[in-house]
Amino acid sequence: MSKEDKFSQDFSEFDSYQFGHYDKVKHIASTGKGISRDVVTKISELKNEPGWMTDIRLKAYEVFEKKPMPSWGPDLKEIKFEDFTYFIRSTEKESDQWDDMPKEILETFDKLGIPEAEKKFLAGASAQYESEAVYHKLNEELGREGVVFLTMDQAVKDEPDLVKKYFGSVIPASDNKFSALNTAVWSGGSFIYVPPGVEVSTPLQTYFRINEEEFGQFERTLIIADKGAKVVYNEGCSAPKWAKSSLHAAVVELVALEDSRIDYQTIQNWYKNIYNLVTKRAKAEKNATVTWLDINVGSRITIKYPSVMMMGEGARGEVQSIAFANEEQLQDSGAKMIHGAPNTTSVVTSKSISKGTGRSSYRGLIKVLKGAKNSSCRVECDALLINEESRTDTYPVMDIAEDETQIAHEASVSKVNEDQIFYLQSRGIPEIDAMKMVVNGFLEPMVKKLPLEYSVEFQRLVELELEGSVG
Amino acid sequence: MKDDYILNINNLKVSIDDKQVLQGIDLSVKKGEVHAIMGPNGSGKSTLAYSLMGHPSYELDSGDIELDSESIVDLEPHEKAQKGLFLAFQYPMEIPGLQMESFLRSAVSSIKGSEETKDVFDFHRKVLKEMRYLGIDESFADRYVNDGFSGGEKKRAEVLQMLLLQPKLAVMDETDSGLDIDAIKVVAKGVNRLKEKGMSILIITHYQRILDYIHPDRVSVLSGGKILKTAGPELAKELEKTGYKDFVPKKSSLDVKF
Ligand SMILES: Nc1ncnc2c1ncn2[C@@H]1O[C@H](COP(=O)(O)OP(=O)(O)OP(=O)(O)O)[C@@H](O)[C@H]1O
Ligand SMILES: [Mg+2]
Repeated sequence: MSKEDKFSQDFSEFDSYQFGHYDKVKHIASTGKGISRDVVTKISELKNEPGWMTDIRLKAYEVFEKKPMPSWGPDLKEIKFEDFTYFIRSTEKESDQWDDMPKEILETFDKLGIPEAEKKFLAGASAQYESEAVYHKLNEELGREGVVFLTMDQAVKDEPDLVKKYFGSVIPASDNKFSALNTAVWSGGSFIYVPPGVEVSTPLQTYFRINEEEFGQFERTLIIADKGAKVVYNEGCSAPKWAKSSLHAAVVELVALEDSRIDYQTIQNWYKNIYNLVTKRAKAEKNATVTWLDINVGSRITIKYPSVMMMGEGARGEVQSIAFANEEQLQDSGAKMIHGAPNTTSVVTSKSISKGTGRSSYRGLIKVLKGAKNSSCRVECDALLINEESRTDTYPVMDIAEDETQIAHEASVSKVNEDQIFYLQSRGIPEIDAMKMVVNGFLEPMVKKLPLEYSVEFQRLVELELEGSVG
Repeated sequence: MKDDYILNINNLKVSIDDKQVLQGIDLSVKKGEVHAIMGPNGSGKSTLAYSLMGHPSYELDSGDIELDSESIVDLEPHEKAQKGLFLAFQYPMEIPGLQMESFLRSAVSSIKGSEETKDVFDFHRKVLKEMRYLGIDESFADRYVNDGFSGGEKKRAEVLQMLLLQPKLAVMDETDSGLDIDAIKVVAKGVNRLKEKGMSILIITHYQRILDYIHPDRVSVLSGGKILKTAGPELAKELEKTGYKDFVPKKSSLDVKF
């Protein structure tokens, strides 16, 4: 069966997915199927890396081989590591000109609206296709102010001191099996350094596109906000409608030094057969603030709990998590907040929607270390179920070693009420639109706080997901 | 003439959870007519209202409903609304997170066409005008639909929707219950405004008071799932004095359907 035949067989129930087309493009380089020590070395060679990075990779590979699969949470038995291709290069090198990439790839990014978004509201944009960036550009003004925005691959060469200092400092390879895998075979992702006092209020953005079937994308992102600096970072993603799954296992490390602020915003819209197993963690020093906005609409299984380690006095952490689990999907998301210093504050707000056999769970960890006096944490999670068979679960874990803390946890589960739908219908509104209105209403308190371009995009995605949910 | 009727209900039997609540209703409303329905608690008045609008939990066992000489039993609720049927709910639903004005805009554009709401500012002015008319504070335009509204506020909001949607037939299910005396007068004034333009009304109530302002042409007694009597406006006054003791249904009102 040819590739195109397999492709056109895609599952009809997922037809609402908009960006599921495949580009026929040649590979410049590929490590072929499977993973081994040789594959790890080969990736490092293809990137012409210094030896210290090759060593980091090889050590991580050993950890990966030894670590068991996570035993708690979602079942990952279906993942066969030997089936994936771990590295594909699609263009000779990244460019700061959109026109330099093959026409098919450019058309895809055009369809996704990336070049247009760059013009309208981004200070820097990167577009990763398979393993590496095919486009990367920072607004010149920010460059002059000393802001560094590179692909991670480039940063290893251009900023070795910062990379050596911070790479793996927030998420060690040994954190979990997938962080080990990422550290061994990572490719692409962003490196950002914002110098003291510099504020990047217009977002920098990276878009991740998977094109091949049974491919593994392992980008690695590291953002460092120096003292008093500010940066807003966006990421988005999508993939074709392949019948066979791909694996996306990213590692994202944020370092927020004294008085700095990092806002990290994600709309995850992978195609519905992608395993999205991502480790995201931030370290916040004295009076620093880190916020994660984490929107999960796509993927087959997502496991992701953005976390903030508040290690300096007065640090703040916030996670806003929104998940939509449609038919067959499992969104296992949540947050981890580690209070490691006095007067630290964290807020977690989670809203999830489960439709049909979709299942969403909130997994949260609140940890207050001894001595983190006068810390406070507020957690609110609300779940909405659309059908009888939809499911949601909440797994809050609290580990509080300090007495002088304030912890508040609220959780609610509601079901879309037939009478609400009928009420709206009686006002001339068709059932599907009524459903959208009730679901959007559930999300409204959160969505109204989102940046405009995000709330519009998110509402559009939710409405697409709801198509076909009635009748 | 059939054409003279906005609503014709023939031998309507409706069940909920295998319990037949409406046991053969025959009822009609002439164009421009006000037809009042009274009856004891649990007699099936709201069931009748819901069945007209097509609530999915209410199963139609037999019978037919014609709106403007056209059977509507197979239509979706939103299609019935688009054909000019309106139900003011006894217990309006709360929709958290859905702003009143945005909801009203969707409703009006679904029923009267998107032209009506194309000019957002014009529509906003129209909404505020009707709100003022009904004594609803402007702030309600930004509030979530019925969310946290008091009983009387919900009823006023139902009438606000009626005024904006201008239906052919309004079914008012105890819109007067929960309204203070002044509000009843305002609401009645609004309803009469539409009546003058030709709207017909099926009004369900327990009290004569609202009928002092919205004058019924006919009054029917619904008890035990059946219409037991239909007469002129004097029947409402009589019922207020005597109650329903003369209208005990012959059989058990809660026949079990097999
Ligand atoms: N969803 C339901 N499930 C079970 N029984 C129901 C349901 N809805 C209505 N009923 C029953 O049907 C009968 C008629 O109820 P209905 O609400 O139509 O009465 P009503 O005449 O409107 O009363 P009221 O004057 O109190 O508003 C009652 O016995 C009620 O308990
Ligand atoms: Mg009733």
